[in-house]
Amino acid sequence: MKLTEYQAKKLLAARGIPVPPGRLVTTVDDARAAAADLGGRVAVKAQVRSGGRGKAGGVVVVDAPEGAAAAARRLLGSELSGEPVSELLVEQAVDIASESYLSVMIDPSAGRPLLLRSEQGGIEIESMTEAIERTIIPAGGFRAPDELTAVVVDAFVELDALLMEINPLAMTRSGRLVALDAKIELDDAAGFRQDHPADPGDATTERERKAAELGLRLIELGGDIAVLANGAGLTMATMDAIVAAGGAPANFLEIGGDAYTKATPAMELVLSQPGVTSLLVNFCGAFARCDVMTAGVVEAWTALAPDIPISFSIAGTGQDDAKEMVRAIGHEPHETMEGAVLAAVAAASGAARRDGPAEWASQGR
Amino acid sequence: MIVTGTHRVLVQGITGKQGTFWTERMQAYGTDIVGGVNPRKSGTDHLGVPVFSSAVEAAAHFASTGEGGVDVSVLFVPPAGARAATEDAIAAGAALVVVLTEFVPVHDTMAMVAAATAAGSRIIGPNTAGVVTPGEAFVGFMPAFDDRIFTPGRVGIISRSGSLGTLTAVELTRAGIGQSAFLGIGGDPVSGTTTADAFAALDAHDGTDAIAIIGEIGGRKEEDAAALVARSTKPVVSFIAGAASPPGKRMGHAGAIVEGATGTHRSKRAALTEAGATVVDVPWQLPDALAEQLG
Repeated sequence: MKLTEYQAKKLLAARGIPVPPGRLVTTVDDARAAAADLGGRVAVKAQVRSGGRGKAGGVVVVDAPEGAAAAARRLLGSELSGEPVSELLVEQAVDIASESYLSVMIDPSAGRPLLLRSEQGGIEIESMTEAIERTIIPAGGFRAPDELTAVVVDAFVELDALLMEINPLAMTRSGRLVALDAKIELDDAAGFRQDHPADPGDATTERERKAAELGLRLIELGGDIAVLANGAGLTMATMDAIVAAGGAPANFLEIGGDAYTKATPAMELVLSQPGVTSLLVNFCGAFARCDVMTAGVVEAWTALAPDIPISFSIAGTGQDDAKEMVRAIGHEPHETMEGAVLAAVAAASGAARRDGPAEWASQGR
Repeated sequence: MIVTGTHRVLVQGITGKQGTFWTERMQAYGTDIVGGVNPRKSGTDHLGVPVFSSAVEAAAHFASTGEGGVDVSVLFVPPAGARAATEDAIAAGAALVVVLTEFVPVHDTMAMVAAATAAGSRIIGPNTAGVVTPGEAFVGFMPAFDDRIFTPGRVGIISRSGSLGTLTAVELTRAGIGQSAFLGIGGDPVSGTTTADAFAALDAHDGTDAIAIIGEIGGRKEEDAAALVARSTKPVVSFIAGAASPPGKRMGHAGAIVEGATGTHRSKRAALTEAGATVVDVPWQLPDALAEQLG
């Protein structure tokens, strides 16, 4: 889960890392009042989680308090990289002498935390890679080069963080270090032992939000072939195969892992997408049992009785019972994934073009 | 990491619903299950094997009877208990710890891998579906017992995904191509066994003539394995899922600095192709690609 700048700075400040004085506001009046209290020049910063905020105009430095009110009026209710702006951080502007960079993340190849430090910082840091010092933090024992780095590395572990980034880390003209901007990403898997803030998720549509509430991850893609498969790997492969066969997947929705028992609500979700003219069910059961998943799918299909073609490919744990259930509702599972994918693509395009390749693919490979 | 019928396997979390379901199938297939662990049911028997309070206690018991040690331990354990159970298995002397658990905090995974490395043990997982040696034994929750899916042969499969690994076995078996081993390395960014580690094991395995790498977008596992692929004399085929998926979001500037252009479908495909592997567009092209590589 990604934190907003305000949430991230709160965690840094609690560990003694200096951040500029500031206040979180949600209205124009509160922005004006916060700026008046802080006095002088202030930064008004949209609290969104997506990157490239500064370049997109989400950060402005203005003269308090009317400048802050004007900036708030412009930013509140707007969107930055598709993310609605509902909160602003109004912060005292800092007199910067120099900017540096500090971050810790998990290096996927080393399988260890990786410390990145640079004497230079700011939004162009990605193009200054030769100036960045990289240190893999070994298991059991690490001598941090300075106190602030030590605090950040300790916090990285204590918070179950995936990323902690301070950029820029500013030196003020009066010689103080201040974290001007911060990004923190926390490991959702550690929720059982951490008091992490509530995760707003990254759902962008009503259906995606509904799916998230059910513990399912749905991404709507706008195509006309609804996809229901188990496991992220097989679901991605199913989408790839649809595209390779000339079709367009409507969604990513996987019901693998413990979610394999949620086939009924998953089916209801994918069928409720507008513009779906064909449904492809592709199960390859390992831990996720085909019989359990298919029972859920058949239940939803029977209850909703949608008037679109459906193609099944079923293999793996529980496949024989699963195939019988499909036959019991009048459908014959395809022998192969290839057959099911081609049939689903043909059925979708066949709905648009009556003389489409439906016959070619309905041979039941 | 290639499990045989002579390896002595302990099941941590044997008495739960999934532990029971899959232990019965492992036993029926030929896996030598020597005991289980559940601190609350210690001293009882389950599925014909003794249940202990810990892996260490199990190992001590086996040492006292002289029947042997614990070669492999497999975890049917929830995320909050995965680290302690893994450390217990390592302390019991297990050479291989198969961590099936999904949603293990990554800081726990790093600690588990460090503990295993220090003790000379190997972790497979977390978030793996396990390993299969067709016709011999399997550990985890793969449908090894169905001969329409897995058949003995000479092609090794490496997969991050259990479902996609199962599909690969189905496609090979249908084409009459048997498998020497299935190594599920798991879907997490940090793993005890990487694609490169699994590749090295299959490259050195006498029973394996060719290797299928089944990858996914994200991370650098496939790119990191490419150097070994280039040095290997065994034919390699690959499918990388995610060509049609939107790329994952980078983690701040740090993610972009560390990953650069890696992690994408294009990057993985290019790295493996340059190393001499045949990378296919859809999984059902794997058998033909293998047949062509094998000549």
